[in-house]
Amino acid sequence: MEAKIKQLIEDVLREMGKESGASLESSAPQLPAEEPLVDLTKEDLKEQLLVPDPSNREAYLKFKGATASRIGIWRTGPRYLTQSLLRFRADHAIAQDAVFNDVSADFINEWGLLEIKTKCVDKDQFLTRPDFGRELDNENAELLRKNCQAKARVQVYVADGLSSTAVEKNAKDTYLALEQGLEGHGIKVGTPFFLRYGRVPAMDAVAEILHPEVTVVLIGERPGLATAESMSCYMAYNASVGMPEANRTVLSNIHRGGLPAVEAGAHIADVVKKMLDQKASGLDLKK
Amino acid sequence: MTGNRVKEKILSVGIDIGTTTTQLVFSRLTLENTASLVTVPRIEIIAKEVVFRSTIHFTPLKSQHEIDEQRVRELIEREYQSAGITPEQVQTGAIIITGEAARKQNAESVLRALSGLAGEFVVATAGPTLEGIIAGKGAGAEQESKKRGATVVNLDIGGGTTNIAVFRNGEVLDTACLDIGGRLIRFGDGRGEVNYIADKLRSLTRSMNLSVTENQTLSSGVIETIATRMAGIIEEILGLVPASPQLATMLTDHDLKRDYQIDYVSFSGGVADCINRSQSGDDFRYGDIGVALGRAIANSKIPQKLQVLEAVETIRATVVGAGSHTTAISGSTISVSPGVLPMQNIPVLKLSAEDETLPLEQWGEAILRKVQWFNLGGEKQNLALAFSGTRNLGFSEVTTLAKEIIQGMKEVLCKTCPLVVVIEKDLAKVMGQTLRSQLEFKKDVICIDTIKVENGDYIDIGRELVDGNVVPVIVKTLVFNY
Repeated sequence: MEAKIKQLIEDVLREMGKESGASLESSAPQLPAEEPLVDLTKEDLKEQLLVPDPSNREAYLKFKGATASRIGIWRTGPRYLTQSLLRFRADHAIAQDAVFNDVSADFINEWGLLEIKTKCVDKDQFLTRPDFGRELDNENAELLRKNCQAKARVQVYVADGLSSTAVEKNAKDTYLALEQGLEGHGIKVGTPFFLRYGRVPAMDAVAEILHPEVTVVLIGERPGLATAESMSCYMAYNASVGMPEANRTVLSNIHRGGLPAVEAGAHIADVVKKMLDQKASGLDLKK
Repeated sequence: MTGNRVKEKILSVGIDIGTTTTQLVFSRLTLENTASLVTVPRIEIIAKEVVFRSTIHFTPLKSQHEIDEQRVRELIEREYQSAGITPEQVQTGAIIITGEAARKQNAESVLRALSGLAGEFVVATAGPTLEGIIAGKGAGAEQESKKRGATVVNLDIGGGTTNIAVFRNGEVLDTACLDIGGRLIRFGDGRGEVNYIADKLRSLTRSMNLSVTENQTLSSGVIETIATRMAGIIEEILGLVPASPQLATMLTDHDLKRDYQIDYVSFSGGVADCINRSQSGDDFRYGDIGVALGRAIANSKIPQKLQVLEAVETIRATVVGAGSHTTAISGSTISVSPGVLPMQNIPVLKLSAEDETLPLEQWGEAILRKVQWFNLGGEKQNLALAFSGTRNLGFSEVTTLAKEIIQGMKEVLCKTCPLVVVIEKDLAKVMGQTLRSQLEFKKDVICIDTIKVENGDYIDIGRELVDGNVVPVIVKTLVFNY
């Protein structure tokens, strides 16, 4: 059922694309040249109140400011306004892009990171075989061994996870703040790298290769309609394959509308310090 | 997961030394981390409860111009004893000296004497703007304006002054203070025989072609005429009738702006009780014009033209406001050098909205320019730098900004006191970390966020609470938007 609907939507979208493409080519002269297409997603939903003539606009906007939910979007009959419907679709498209696009080579090269990958051969396999996304083959394990410092006190790396956008927007700022914070505590960080097609438990495999005390991964979160830019940070003390999930510490919601990337990095530095002091992570970590 | 939540209760004191009465309350503030396990802590005040209310005492005076410091002290000590609370147990709170009492010759030394007694982090503070805001919060006007999405004006009518605060959607919109109060004319036993009239009221009566002097006996008709005129001044400031030249005379400081619509009015202060119970009892039961003033307000255009909300506190609004509503909690990701707090009475230098639109590389100069406005003479004289930080900053921008702050604040940095930075947006942890790193860890840094301050405010920052995650902050607004 779901697949059918998906197919249907894709068809419709393709049709729409064709139509607009066609009109651009054949009937372009008839379009008013000065009217550029508006990027619907540029508008901040928290500031967009579609209720006509509200009795207290200020108070309504205050409510809207407190949530990413689509309130105050009005209706036409029992349906959404065209504007709201299109925005839904646009946000959905952004979410899809975040999942299906790859983290760009430019991003990785500019940062100067070593790139390795899990056992997945491509994005499709990554999405359909979660088990492969947790494992590294010998070749990639060897790359890690060769290029990265072993037994670092803290190993930080970046993985695409389910949002390449989140990683591109946040990972570097978070990493730099984290590194500075750890330096302030007198803690050295191992060699950072990028893991393509990585799921969270890949950190266990990484830990078994490099043996850091604390393993930290900055990874893209499954996107939603509110944001596709949200990144998580998973941390574990002495991680190993098959460790209990409860031993992972997680910090989620890192994005410009949630916890700012730089602030997250500074916070993670203190959490990691605590892990090293207590030799524990996850639920074993005391406040 | 609720079992994992950190809850902490702190005790707060409120002491109000007013023109007429002196009161004390103790409030218990409950802090809780309301965030889920997978996000950064979010510690908030989730409950405020007044746990002790003192008797309402007459403020002991030595003369018309001097507060009896010794007796005020004894009175407060006695109330601590009857509450069974020692100063060491009190973590936050405010002592305020209000209305006419603040203008007594020894007001400053009374405050100093008491702030030592009341607890480590209790703040002596005064000023009509802050009084009005505190009373409005204690009366519940702030809360109601938020709940109703409306504009609510609270009139705190005490013995010496009427403190006015206007709230819209939970935010302070405007403030003013009038020399209108229940004890500005006091009567002797002779029922109507004046034994005190305040100078401002003397000039008000003169403008009515009445000459009121001490020892003169006033008829109830004249008393009513005067009370009605006093109520008239309040009508004027609220814009219910056109302003007369006397309004300016009766203002202690600035006027209301009157460029907004008021939806509701609430009354607090001692006279509020006379408004609600205006129809019964002896006019001279308090030996002053308060009862007549209350009745005049009840019969004025104020309740006719504005919807009246019942205040949750009347005569105790200010003291409850001081005890329960002055302490704010900082954001939960902050950066505080250990052992530096508490700090008190730090003046705030806030960058203007225009300053904040400058390229980051120019912030240092902007800060430097404004630091000159402050007299940083003493070795201990600190200054808190504040900005809203609305931009989405990357790490290199944070680094640049830290460099600019250090450059701009160099005058403060050559002293022994810590560098204090207050940011509105969630940025304090990384900013503090970066500042400390750039200062090579040789300097104490206090960097807190989620606190809104304005130029001219003073702030007090208390010791870390809830595992060092947050600090209590009291923002003392001495001027407002003028």
